[in-house]
Amino acid sequence: MTENLFEPITRDLAIGETIDRPSLSFWEDVWRRFRLNRIATCGLVILAILSFFAILGPLLSTHTYYETNLSLKNHAPCMQFWFGTDDLGRDMFTRTCQGARISLFVGITAAFIDLIIGVLFGGIAGLIGGRVDNLMMRLADILYAIPYLLVVIMLMVVLGSGLVPIIIALTIIGWIGMARIVRGQMLQLKQQEFIQAAIALGAGRRRILFKHLLPNTMGPIIVTMTLTIPTAIFAEAFLSFLGLGVQAPMASWGVMASDGLAAMRYYPWRIFFPALFISITMLAFNLVGDGLRDALDPKLRKA
Amino acid sequence: MRYYLAKRFLSNIVALWVIITITFFLMKAIPGDPFTQEKALPKEILDSLYEHYKLNDPLPVQYVNYLKSIVKWDLGPSFKYKARTVNDIIRQGFPISITLGVEAALLAISLGVLLGSIAAFFQNKWQDYGSMLIAVIGISVPSFILAAFLQYIFAIKLDLFPVARWGTFRQSVLPALSLSALPMAFIARLTRANMVEVLSMDYIKLARAKGLGGKTVIIKHAMRNALLPVVTYLGMIVVNILTGSFIIEKIFGIPGLGQWFINSVTNRDYTVIMGLTVFYSIILLTAIFLTDIVYGWVDPRLKLRNRLS
Repeated sequence: MTENLFEPITRDLAIGETIDRPSLSFWEDVWRRFRLNRIATCGLVILAILSFFAILGPLLSTHTYYETNLSLKNHAPCMQFWFGTDDLGRDMFTRTCQGARISLFVGITAAFIDLIIGVLFGGIAGLIGGRVDNLMMRLADILYAIPYLLVVIMLMVVLGSGLVPIIIALTIIGWIGMARIVRGQMLQLKQQEFIQAAIALGAGRRRILFKHLLPNTMGPIIVTMTLTIPTAIFAEAFLSFLGLGVQAPMASWGVMASDGLAAMRYYPWRIFFPALFISITMLAFNLVGDGLRDALDPKLRKA
Repeated sequence: MRYYLAKRFLSNIVALWVIITITFFLMKAIPGDPFTQEKALPKEILDSLYEHYKLNDPLPVQYVNYLKSIVKWDLGPSFKYKARTVNDIIRQGFPISITLGVEAALLAISLGVLLGSIAAFFQNKWQDYGSMLIAVIGISVPSFILAAFLQYIFAIKLDLFPVARWGTFRQSVLPALSLSALPMAFIARLTRANMVEVLSMDYIKLARAKGLGGKTVIIKHAMRNALLPVVTYLGMIVVNILTGSFIIEKIFGIPGLGQWFINSVTNRDYTVIMGLTVFYSIILLTAIFLTDIVYGWVDPRLKLRNRLS
């Protein structure tokens, strides 16, 4: 051991006081945790690729989703028709991309409408509290007791088929889950000291709602929204599969799967591609939703 | 506890009434009536049909009559199948659906609990990741896709099970499997989460410290408490299996109630749609109510909490 092996550090107080890592905001921290979750990141990448094909896929192909060619019926996948053709000679690749458009559109729109109604309803109930809250949540509970798909099927019978009726049917009771979560969060947050402090400092209702309550509810809202999307996508495919959803010549994955099922024995690719894509899409949304939940509330996972 | 159950019972009755009312007015709001068809019926026949089915009465009268007949458990006739009533359809289809449903439920519970326990026991090892991967796939793959997949592999390619129809046990395996996937996945995740929590508790550490082996700790000590919250999920299992049966029975050609319901929807057989919706709602609300009772019964802590409050 020689003397110069260890070097005494300067006793500078300023160094001890420096914070050597940049401080992360809450969302930066969430993003950091989310990226560490390899499975969830995979989900996000899959969603990005799917969106790419949903938007640009039909342009990559020389065919349209409704163009029929009766001399090329039930053609197996080849260079010209990447996913084969269906019983009317329509290109399955373009149709699958078109199906992605419909699924993503239905999923995101329904989730967004659920978000608006749910946050308004749950927020008002939670914020006002008391008798109003009691009445509003009693109403929500009764609607919540009705099985979702039963109501959706019923509404489709009344509204007729098409994209707009599907979205109406999906959102008419779909918002209740969101409302319950927002309301629960609001009630919980209202009790906490920082809200009491804000009230004591004379902050108005609006300021408390937008500056304190809503930002702190963002996490559960985003997770619920991400997990609403696959539910809506499933419901659309379910309805279309039963012939209650989107009508021909529109190409929904549900319609394609239903058509493909009948010919599965001889032309398996006709059900394979829509089945694969609907499963991957739902899987990706579920993985991202789970990842977000873990990233937003790390205590939950560690427990 | 008794007060709580009475309250729940009443709110279920109200929910049922709301469902019946909504269903009734929705069905009446549809333009046209059950006798609207391409070839118009002569006016005299139409009038006598209206007279026979009491469709000439004002709407409130029809509504009150409908409520009365539901109380008397008469769900009305089918307009498309002249000789059948909704009660006949239920009597015919429901036993089939319930057989399939019970099979699927047992499968879902046993596989789900097994998978969840394995995952919790081998937390953060490959067994855990494997089980949870199966669970997330079970949640993501729609039941009708799974049904088609099973049909293709096990019935068409390997010829191990019949493709469709109903009657023997072998015919029920594939539909029961497809129905059970979603609830199985939910139960597996729920069991894992609860089990992980319970396994970190002091009384489990004590059991380990006493020198008990891993299996005994899991089965005798952890399982009981970990499975309690799973009981709350029983109502949801019934919901999942019933709504799942709409599509699975159609795919496998099973003449159960789900198939009848979907046929009545595609045929626009309004009284059957109405009657079966009411019937399904009763089943589901009862299932959820029973879950509440069972939960209060199996978890002594809940009883105590209620007595104290």
